[in-house]
Amino acid sequence: MNTSGLAGLAAGGQPAGFGHDVWWIVLIKVVAAFVLLLLLTLFAVVFERKVIGAFQVRPGPNRKARGFGWLQSLADGLKLAFKEEIIPTLADKPVYFIAPVISGAVAFLSFAVIPLGPEVSIFGHHTMLQVSDVPVAVLVILAASSMAVYGTVLAGWASGTSWPLLGGMRAAAQMISYEVAMGLSMVAVFMTAHSMSTSEIVAAQAHGASLELGVFTTHIPSWYFIPLLPSFVIYFISALGEGNRTPFDLPEGESELTGGYLTEYSSFKFAMFYLAEYIAMVTISALCVTLFFGGWRAPWPISLWSGANSGWVPIIWFLAKTIIFMGVLVWIRATLPRVRYDQLMKLGWKVLMPVNLVWILILAGLRVAARNNDQTKYLVLAGIVVTVLLLVLVWPEKQKDDRTQLKREIDTGVGGYPVPPLDLVVPPNPRLKRLEAERAEEPVGAGSKGSAGSGAAAGGPSETAASGGSEE
Amino acid sequence: MSIAPYVPIAGLLVLGALFALFSCTIAPLVGPKRFNKAKLEAYECGIEPAPVPAGRFPIRFYLTAMLFIVFDIEIIFLYPWAVSFDMLGTFGFVEMLLFIVTVFIAYAYVWRRGGLDWD
Repeated sequence: MNTSGLAGLAAGGQPAGFGHDVWWIVLIKVVAAFVLLLLLTLFAVVFERKVIGAFQVRPGPNRKARGFGWLQSLADGLKLAFKEEIIPTLADKPVYFIAPVISGAVAFLSFAVIPLGPEVSIFGHHTMLQVSDVPVAVLVILAASSMAVYGTVLAGWASGTSWPLLGGMRAAAQMISYEVAMGLSMVAVFMTAHSMSTSEIVAAQAHGASLELGVFTTHIPSWYFIPLLPSFVIYFISALGEGNRTPFDLPEGESELTGGYLTEYSSFKFAMFYLAEYIAMVTISALCVTLFFGGWRAPWPISLWSGANSGWVPIIWFLAKTIIFMGVLVWIRATLPRVRYDQLMKLGWKVLMPVNLVWILILAGLRVAARNNDQTKYLVLAGIVVTVLLLVLVWPEKQKDDRTQLKREIDTGVGGYPVPPLDLVVPPNPRLKRLEAERAEEPVGAGSKGSAGSGAAAGGPSETAASGGSEE
Repeated sequence: MSIAPYVPIAGLLVLGALFALFSCTIAPLVGPKRFNKAKLEAYECGIEPAPVPAGRFPIRFYLTAMLFIVFDIEIIFLYPWAVSFDMLGTFGFVEMLLFIVTVFIAYAYVWRRGGLDWD
């Protein structure tokens, strides 16, 4: 951004080259983005199945009649469209209908601000190879992913049964938790690129250090995953959580929730959720490429060719990088087991978020220190040291898990065999304790008084045993 | 500031919405209709499915949503600060440091009180 900073934000900070296209170019770009996204989704489904198949040493979809399996997802989609639709009796019908529509509609939104390439010429009109770009482009993506929560949680709620509801609630809590981490991971990118517009973030990653190799000087792209490595790692982990990908696919944990929020959906409404999920996979990869891997810019050895970063060619680099990231997502799915829900929340709130905040502060401090050559430098460094010390001091202690202690008491370990705990200890009932105390106050008999005292001390089932035994 | 660059974004949203609306409306009409009582019952939610919504729900979800609002607002404050960081200078850094430390105190408090635990 030339007029960077507050003035730029106030004036709109509109990235160059957007907002003055002819209407039919806008129409072409919107429809092209829509079709490209649908094709990428169809590709992603087969790609995932084939790669998972390779990981598990089996063929995966490979029917020759359907182009060696590459048309499998298209066939599946068409088949689903002609299937019977079952709306359960318990469902809330209007919400049940609107939930997949929200999911499907919002899923396309993010792709509008992903840059696919530089300026190109369509029928003599010069336009950017990107549907549109605005000063707050990344906020549009975050807004779209927030809206996606509505589709999921409404689907779970409207189904009217337990598993979908649980899946929907889980999905909502998980997605908002990981959105915090994801949003924070982008702050460092904005700080370095001085912009929130995607095309300017890509442009900012072009100016790297130049390397002198003997006679000629070459240009190395400074992709942000190198200088902002912690941000990239946090973005990637939180994007997995945000997109409900393994190992964070708890909203659909089929071993515990049948199918999660989409259990009760069938026919094309099911396909719509499926589509939204795979569009999310494509969007996560595309955004990762845009923010941290130079967007549509060619990787280093190819970037030596002068034509690599102009015209229609860069769309190849963009798609290649995106598909590589989709491959990494599938690889993660093939490798990692699903985490537990408390582990998921712990990672999001107790690890990713504080690490991210500290990283932002360290980065900001380093930038301030690099800019100021006088004493402020030492002041800022001292500030960072004090912050880290404060962190260490204020860091909450790990709470003792009471359940493990309880388990140790119960497990008597009979004969070394794994015996299930047979003496289930029910925690003392407070009402019973009060009853015992009342009984102790009015001395009816000397025997009952003694048993009440011992019962209160022992607690639990011994109490009932004591009160039962006092009758004899 | 002009609204023009936002129009294509809205256009893609409308196109996606029309696609979703159209296909979700048309698909039930072209599919077969062979209903029976068992089909319309809840899937794998018990032999006698009980309608659970509108019942009690774990407070954790509510707490998480509240925490999300707090930290999302923090992020919203961080974004413009990050974009114009180099213009704000040391003053901007110290201001944001104070803000983050303030939020961090609340965060440590929530952590200690067990607000971030999911048992």
